[in-house]
Amino acid sequence: MFAAENGLKGDPRLEAISAAIRVVPYFPKKGIMFQDITTLLLDHKAFKHTIDIFVDRYRDMQISVVAGVEARGFLLGPSIALAIGAKFIPLRKPGKLPGKVISESYELEYGHDRLEMHVDTVEPGERVIIIDDLVATGGTLSAAISLMESQGAEVVECACVIGLPEVKGQHKLKGKPLYVLVEPSELDEFC
Amino acid sequence: MQTIISPLLVSHRLSLAPSVPRLLNNHHRAPPSIRLSSHRSTNSLRLFSSAAAAAASASRDSEMATEDVQDPRIAKIASSIRVIPDFPKPGIMFQDITTLLLDTEAFKDTIALFVERYKDKDISVVAGVEARGFIFGPPIALAIGAKFVPMRKPKKLPGKVISEEYSLEYGTDKIEMHVGAVEPGERAIIIDDLIATGGTLAAAIRLLERVGVKIVECACVIELPELKGKDKLGETPLFVLVSSA
Repeated sequence: MFAAENGLKGDPRLEAISAAIRVVPYFPKKGIMFQDITTLLLDHKAFKHTIDIFVDRYRDMQISVVAGVEARGFLLGPSIALAIGAKFIPLRKPGKLPGKVISESYELEYGHDRLEMHVDTVEPGERVIIIDDLVATGGTLSAAISLMESQGAEVVECACVIGLPEVKGQHKLKGKPLYVLVEPSELDEFC
Repeated sequence: MQTIISPLLVSHRLSLAPSVPRLLNNHHRAPPSIRLSSHRSTNSLRLFSSAAAAAASASRDSEMATEDVQDPRIAKIASSIRVIPDFPKPGIMFQDITTLLLDTEAFKDTIALFVERYKDKDISVVAGVEARGFIFGPPIALAIGAKFVPMRKPKKLPGKVISEEYSLEYGTDKIEMHVGAVEPGERAIIIDDLIATGGTLAAAIRLLERVGVKIVECACVIELPELKGKDKLGETPLFVLVSSA
């Protein structure tokens, strides 16, 4: 569900966040309007707003784990984890994590990829949020949910800065709530 | 993949810290969580109050996070890091910071130590090297009011980039940064979880210097001093929390 429909309607921070995101056409290939959050990270105020909104939402929800999807989820997750007193768990591409891992595959447009997590990082019953910069098809987040649930953790919500049109109207992913701050930014004459 | 399920992880709930420091430190009898310098380390206050002294510092020592009195937070941070033998290949003792991230106090202290050091130094840029630099850099940037600039492997950044090549054991790799992310005259720190040979950090320094940025310091959680990475950093000082001999 989008933040504007869920308590933050008219919040000027959302507009600042949206304005700070740059659109790069045809990356990585034709037809894709890439939502570039690196410009959000250059805007200290807008980046702080982003983290503050997530922290305000999750701080009183007894969340003990923030899981972030490599690599852009790493840019957001740790700051949220620190502010709410939760552990941060990186979910990574295969072969990156050095210890014993569990893995889950997910579909790409062409082919598959895998997401890995260290074992013995969450305990059954722990309450988890999963963070990524953007949700499109939800494939990566679904894999992340599976990993967490396989360890007995409870995924409370998935949270992203940007949600693509495919997710509009969809409030849930694999039965789990989805919370998104903004819709994709458009190309304007300044880009 | 070869693994060791460390007893450290079983006790990895929030505040249980194992009593055995995890740093591999076969050769020192001193508490392994700090490296007792056989050379003099510059006091952190002196480093910033006297640029001349810093520049003249002939002993290219990494600045340790402690001087004569160990900051009590360091031991906990050091003990929260897990060592995985033979990853990614035989002979390498991999310093795994994911266990530090599971220890909320240790992670908070890690960030606090960096923030305390840099917050009044007019730093406007925190550059972090993919991917583990992305974990430590943004919280520091947020706390000190700086922007965060990701430095990435090739083809990951969507916009126009500049890139810098560096040597690997076999071959080369490249690190990239968006054009326009930084401006000439800005003051930056570069963050990574660990410095080994220093190749990546040296490339990051060159990249930022090419666009006129002043790198005030490189900052890492862990140093592997035997690999002498700091020697690759030229005039740029290095600050680390934990040294793993």
